[in-house]
Amino acid sequence: MRSWTRWKKATPPSPISWHEIIRKVPAMTNTIFAERKDQVHRKGEEPFQMACDKESLAGAVSQRACVFCGSRVVLYPITDALHLVHGPIGCAVYTWDIRGALSSGPELHRHSYSTDLQESDVIFGGEDKLYRALTQLIDRISPKAAFVYSTCIVGIIGDDLAGICRKVEREKGIPVIPVESEGFKGNKRAGYNAACRAMFQLVGTAPTDDISPLSVNILGDFNLAGEIWIVREYLERMGVQVVANITGDGRVDDLRRAHGAALNLVQCSGSTIDLAKMMEDEYQIPFLRVSYFGVEDMAESLYNIAEFFKDVDPQVMERTKALVRDELSELYPKLREYRQALEGKKAAIYVGGAFKAFSLVKAFRHLGMTVELVGSQTGTEEDYKELHEITDPGTIIVDDSNPLELSSFLQEKDVDIFVGGVKERPIAYKLGVGFCDHNHERKEALEGFIGMLNFAKEVYSTVMSPVWRFTPRKKALYSKALETDVCHEIKAIEN
Amino acid sequence: MKSKLLKTEKEPYVATTDSCKQCAPLGACLAFKGVEGSVPFLHGSQGCATYMRRYVISHFREPVDIASSSLGEKHAIYGGGPNLKLGLKNVMAKYHCGVIGVATTCLTETIGDDTPRLVKEFRDEFADELECHGNPSIVNVSTPSYAGSHVDGFHSAVRAIVDQLASNVPAMENTVNLLPGFVSPADIRYLKEIVHDFGLNPVVLPDISETLDGPAASEYEKVPSGGTPVASIKGMGTALSSIEFGRCLANSMGAANVLEDRFNVRSRRLGTPIGLRETDIFMDALKEITCRTIPIKYELERGRLVDSYVDGHKYISGKKAVIYGDPDMVVALTSFLTEIGIRPVLCATGAKSQLFKTAIKTVTEEILDESPEVLDNVDFYDIEETAEELKPDVLLGSSKGYKLSRKWNIPLVRLGFPIHDRFGAQRICQLGYKGTQDLFDMIVNAVIQAKQDRSPIGYTYI
Repeated sequence: MRSWTRWKKATPPSPISWHEIIRKVPAMTNTIFAERKDQVHRKGEEPFQMACDKESLAGAVSQRACVFCGSRVVLYPITDALHLVHGPIGCAVYTWDIRGALSSGPELHRHSYSTDLQESDVIFGGEDKLYRALTQLIDRISPKAAFVYSTCIVGIIGDDLAGICRKVEREKGIPVIPVESEGFKGNKRAGYNAACRAMFQLVGTAPTDDISPLSVNILGDFNLAGEIWIVREYLERMGVQVVANITGDGRVDDLRRAHGAALNLVQCSGSTIDLAKMMEDEYQIPFLRVSYFGVEDMAESLYNIAEFFKDVDPQVMERTKALVRDELSELYPKLREYRQALEGKKAAIYVGGAFKAFSLVKAFRHLGMTVELVGSQTGTEEDYKELHEITDPGTIIVDDSNPLELSSFLQEKDVDIFVGGVKERPIAYKLGVGFCDHNHERKEALEGFIGMLNFAKEVYSTVMSPVWRFTPRKKALYSKALETDVCHEIKAIEN
Repeated sequence: MKSKLLKTEKEPYVATTDSCKQCAPLGACLAFKGVEGSVPFLHGSQGCATYMRRYVISHFREPVDIASSSLGEKHAIYGGGPNLKLGLKNVMAKYHCGVIGVATTCLTETIGDDTPRLVKEFRDEFADELECHGNPSIVNVSTPSYAGSHVDGFHSAVRAIVDQLASNVPAMENTVNLLPGFVSPADIRYLKEIVHDFGLNPVVLPDISETLDGPAASEYEKVPSGGTPVASIKGMGTALSSIEFGRCLANSMGAANVLEDRFNVRSRRLGTPIGLRETDIFMDALKEITCRTIPIKYELERGRLVDSYVDGHKYISGKKAVIYGDPDMVVALTSFLTEIGIRPVLCATGAKSQLFKTAIKTVTEEILDESPEVLDNVDFYDIEETAEELKPDVLLGSSKGYKLSRKWNIPLVRLGFPIHDRFGAQRICQLGYKGTQDLFDMIVNAVIQAKQDRSPIGYTYI
């Protein structure tokens, strides 16, 4: 032990600070990696061209997740299935009940089941553990089907997931479906595809009696905050039957007879389009791309559905028009109040799929706001073309962005609100910018006409909050504005 | 272990249901967040970093940037080395960081990447660029998520930081190394205050007090200010002593043990100071190091705490508590609950810990006749199954126990990690006399409120 004789009055801590060190480093002004230059576009500055659908750049702190995440997002809201994650604990724990996908019945999806692979399983293989975990869980919770998710490590150690699933399926008499979602085998989109292939195994395995000729499946809606119930209610008023929710408040038995529907409604970029295409090829069911966000897109979607069914039921268009009229007459006066306050405010959007971004651009326009930045994690070339068409000159369009880029764009454009998910929230808040959660964790229903009102409320509640004036960045802006005003006044007096 | 849990003859459940632990790389990232100028870096696929960022952000409500080598399929086959190096280069160029903390994941451990060698190669190959960017330190730690939990990942990272950076180059005089484990930013601020008040300079590792609870900013800080300065870590070998919290921390995992072995800095291993007895031991250690008496401020805090124990004891006497979470936090809370007359009936942790049971016995045997049920390596399914029969009055632990609290209609006092359904987790102070005081008030009030809410009378005077 050191002797206490060295004790003197404590000196304040004085090691060389890291901040002093970095000050000596040549300042790097460019936030965008050279490798990512063609994934950022400023409308109007150059002809439109954008790269996308690339692997994320190492070290760039992408906001993207992985293949597993894509599969888990899509399948998780199936409420009466067992969702077993075959892998080490992390993958299951970070996806335990984090999304607000509501159920009107069973809630098996709200649990997190994992084989929790240990070192010995990695060495000797995890098949036996998977078999025992599956059979025990099926006995314990009696699911209607089981989805078994593969993770990175399973892809490496080479467990025969499909073989175990087949074996358990035979023994237990329920569908046991492997999901090929090894994290490293692509990005989230590959995970969507794996989920669609898994669901497609269920489709067509049950009779399709009692299905109306006016019938649809709802694809790509996850019933966050009860949103699918809003859409279902509209369809009911139009006289259209819903066969299967895919996947919000979803049921295995509904999926099994989903091939009996006359039309597939596909929302959400990419996540379920592959299933719609498979059903089109196999069962000749056409699909319609829809969006339930914002006034225009919601109304247009309903009209398109009515248009599709008008030959089967000539009255359906009338009912739809009445529905939209009723909803709008209630919504518009309420919306006007928010618009008055929000007119001219600036917004930034960074979301997972680009389809949602289209609707958000329109929704902000409806509130009299401008969109200064719009981006997505997994947009396609087509998606970005469309974004380019619907945005104003000067808007930044970005693919697979990261915190450094996003924070610099927010500062440059001096926006009033940022729309994104949990990972984007602290970037906005740290900089004194308002925020609206439009991701899967949201607890406010933002779909449908009522959803537009909720969205306006959300935007208003953050943009118009008094707290911003106290934050350092806005404070600086406020005092600068004040200073300029004072200068003008002085000059005016002098003159 | 699970087999102890099930009293019947049935086979223990193989699957984990609603886990009571996170994975090792997450713990490592949290530890790296507490070093000044540091960017945590996961060598693995992109999803791990993103998932953990979201999980940690939801608790601290702060930006948490975790870089990734973003391995794809071809890297998994041919090795992740090139992407690791590219990632390190990119982080260095854009973040201007002082430290990059590289933690491995199950993917890179299984494909056989030799990360320490790759990091060494990077240092040699990119010496000029490193120089140009202020020579950031690169610390690496092995954290496959199939071995151990976030608790092990955290301690492994702290140990790796000390192992790879500490020396006996003096940075300050009269320093004491404080290795508190995974505690809140508010706890760390208070610990530093205590050590300062004893006339010492604390080197707290990791120090997340600012990095994960920072002030509002006018410019986006690429790497948040705060954290243990690297220069201070380099001087850890010259400290008067090291204090490391954690009765469940094996000597082979203790960072203070490294300092003792290598630089002959005496390691003092104490329990996490919650409650009177554990805090007294901490204060005694500081008294011994400084040959000083306890500052009057803490005498007063202690006195008020004892006074409140007396004032509040009737409300909580004999109440039964279930405590779950990280092993050392559970042990500290159990010690505290025991001394205020609450009966811990189940102490559970999701981590595997051989020292857990002994530690619980040590902190309870002086007061309790009967040791509580102690379980390690359990999930919330096991906890529910065991606790149901024990009929607890109160739960203490992370927000993941909320479903049990709702089911049994008993209060949950949210402590530890993660707290995803309440606000202000980063500001919960539960250490020392003052932190214990807040905790005591919170628990007594939770019990009072439960009684008030259930009462048909609607008392306004309790």
